[in-house]
Amino acid sequence: MELLVATAIGALTASGVYLILRLRSFPVVIGTAMLSYAVNTFLFATGRLAVNQPPILGASAAGVVDPIPQALVLTAIVISFGMTALIVMLMLRAYLETSDDAVNLDPEDRP
Amino acid sequence: MSWSLFLPLMIPFAAAALAVLGPRAGFEARWISVGGSALHLAAAINLAVVVAGEGVVAAQMGGWAAPVGVTLAADALAAIMVLAVAFMGLAVAVYALADIDRRRASAHWHALYQLLLAGASGAFLTGDLFNLYVWFEVMLIASFGLLVIGGDRAQIDGGVKYVALNLVATLCFLVAVGLIHGQTGTLNMADLSVKIAERPSAALDAASVLLFAAFAAKAGFFPLFFWLPAAYHTPPMAVTAIFAAVLTKAGVYAIFRVFTLIFPESPALDALLWIAIATMVTGVIGAGAHTDARRILSFHIVSQIGYMALGLALATPLAIAGAIVYMVHNIVVKANLILIAGVQRRMTGAHDLVKAGGLYAAAPLLAFLFFVSAMAMAGVPPLSGFWGKLALAQASVSAEAWAALAATLGVGLFTLYSMTKIWLLGYLSPHASGRAHAVKALPRGARLALMGPVAALAATSAALGLNPGPLLEAAGTAAAQLLDPTAYVAAVLGAHG
Repeated sequence: MELLVATAIGALTASGVYLILRLRSFPVVIGTAMLSYAVNTFLFATGRLAVNQPPILGASAAGVVDPIPQALVLTAIVISFGMTALIVMLMLRAYLETSDDAVNLDPEDRP
Repeated sequence: MSWSLFLPLMIPFAAAALAVLGPRAGFEARWISVGGSALHLAAAINLAVVVAGEGVVAAQMGGWAAPVGVTLAADALAAIMVLAVAFMGLAVAVYALADIDRRRASAHWHALYQLLLAGASGAFLTGDLFNLYVWFEVMLIASFGLLVIGGDRAQIDGGVKYVALNLVATLCFLVAVGLIHGQTGTLNMADLSVKIAERPSAALDAASVLLFAAFAAKAGFFPLFFWLPAAYHTPPMAVTAIFAAVLTKAGVYAIFRVFTLIFPESPALDALLWIAIATMVTGVIGAGAHTDARRILSFHIVSQIGYMALGLALATPLAIAGAIVYMVHNIVVKANLILIAGVQRRMTGAHDLVKAGGLYAAAPLLAFLFFVSAMAMAGVPPLSGFWGKLALAQASVSAEAWAALAATLGVGLFTLYSMTKIWLLGYLSPHASGRAHAVKALPRGARLALMGPVAALAATSAALGLNPGPLLEAAGTAAAQLLDPTAYVAAVLGAHG
């Protein structure tokens, strides 16, 4: 399972970085979303990967997983969701105002 | 004791809520903003008095003892930063009375402004690495709003780059937080300081470099500063001024905090000296290429961030104290120059200095205030910029970092060149249109709101320069606390143990 999760994080990061470097608004939005998925999964995995274990210590439980990363990742998901919504609005506004989806609106800055 | 830590956070939050929900939301919320900022300043002064009296203070939210609970802590550096930001918050809130129009205010500009101050205060006062992330996000979300509200094309364009780069930096920060938690099982800064000193590891070194990259991007270090000149010149000058005073400085503060308390041995610090020099030099060269007052000042922000980084790179008590003195001076003077640029624009009709001019004859008071601030910025004695630079130059000499010394002095000269450029083009030469009354007077209602903060900040700069004793002393205390974190650790961990 470690290999699977690690590969998924790596693939998400790689595609996220590639898309952000495209400098077009839609790829940048998708790229930042993918990058935040990768980071959230990573954050979740720092509590160690375990199946069917409760995050709360109890008398009947065989073991527990660290609940802190789950709390952290919940906060991070909320914040990154808000950020993604904001960046979508911003890109949409930029696109509607200029009918151009390039991130650098200044023609001199174009690659 | 805990109230003194709590109030600088809660007052701006309450003001923000009141500005949105209160009976006078919209344009008249500007008075709520001014009132909130005044109370914020009072709370910050109270905190500074408490910290000066008792040393490091800490409080645990909800009564859970550290490292389980969420910690608020203030040492001398945090108290100085909160005080400086609250002071600037009030000055810019007054300026915004006249600078922010009805259209922007009705989009809740004033509420976002208070949220920005709340986020910054939280970032300075938190004792928990994950909460540092949360406060940074509060501050950044507010700043995104301020940056794009009422935006024209240029404002949106700058906003997109700013948001994208900050998002990536934030994600770096989160990965580092995850790594650190996975390795140590704690995120309390004082607890981390103890645990990492006991058991360093390669994974923690990697995490520290990621953290460094994240904060460096937010602070605008070389080579991650490019978003700053692209975004800072677009919004109204009140926004640029508070950004210059708060945002990059919060990044610098985070670097000072994390790389003295948690990772004093980080491999990232090996590169810091050269990063600092490169930041100083590229910023000032960028400024030399422009004639738009806003762009010149934006590039200077980058250059001056380099001075602060230099303090940490040399890491002697004198260097860190010098960097803190320089940071306080820079927060006041840089924001003031940006506010003055806003007044220049209103009077001459152009931000580009080539199209402006004639201010010396038309507005001698403004010219005098600009001259004081510009000379302070360039570090001419006895104004406020001189003392920080002197301390940094002395520290470079005693560390035998000759490149740093050359950069400190050379960049000062180039800063003087840029300031002279604004002075010659904007003030001494006649207005570019050639007409006799091209320079307009400020409207009556706006005059006090615009010129009051400018005059107060110029006076503060002069006072800090002529009587640097209290600030130098406070910065010395802060530097000692940073270099020997035992007092901080004891205040946080020992409070309930």
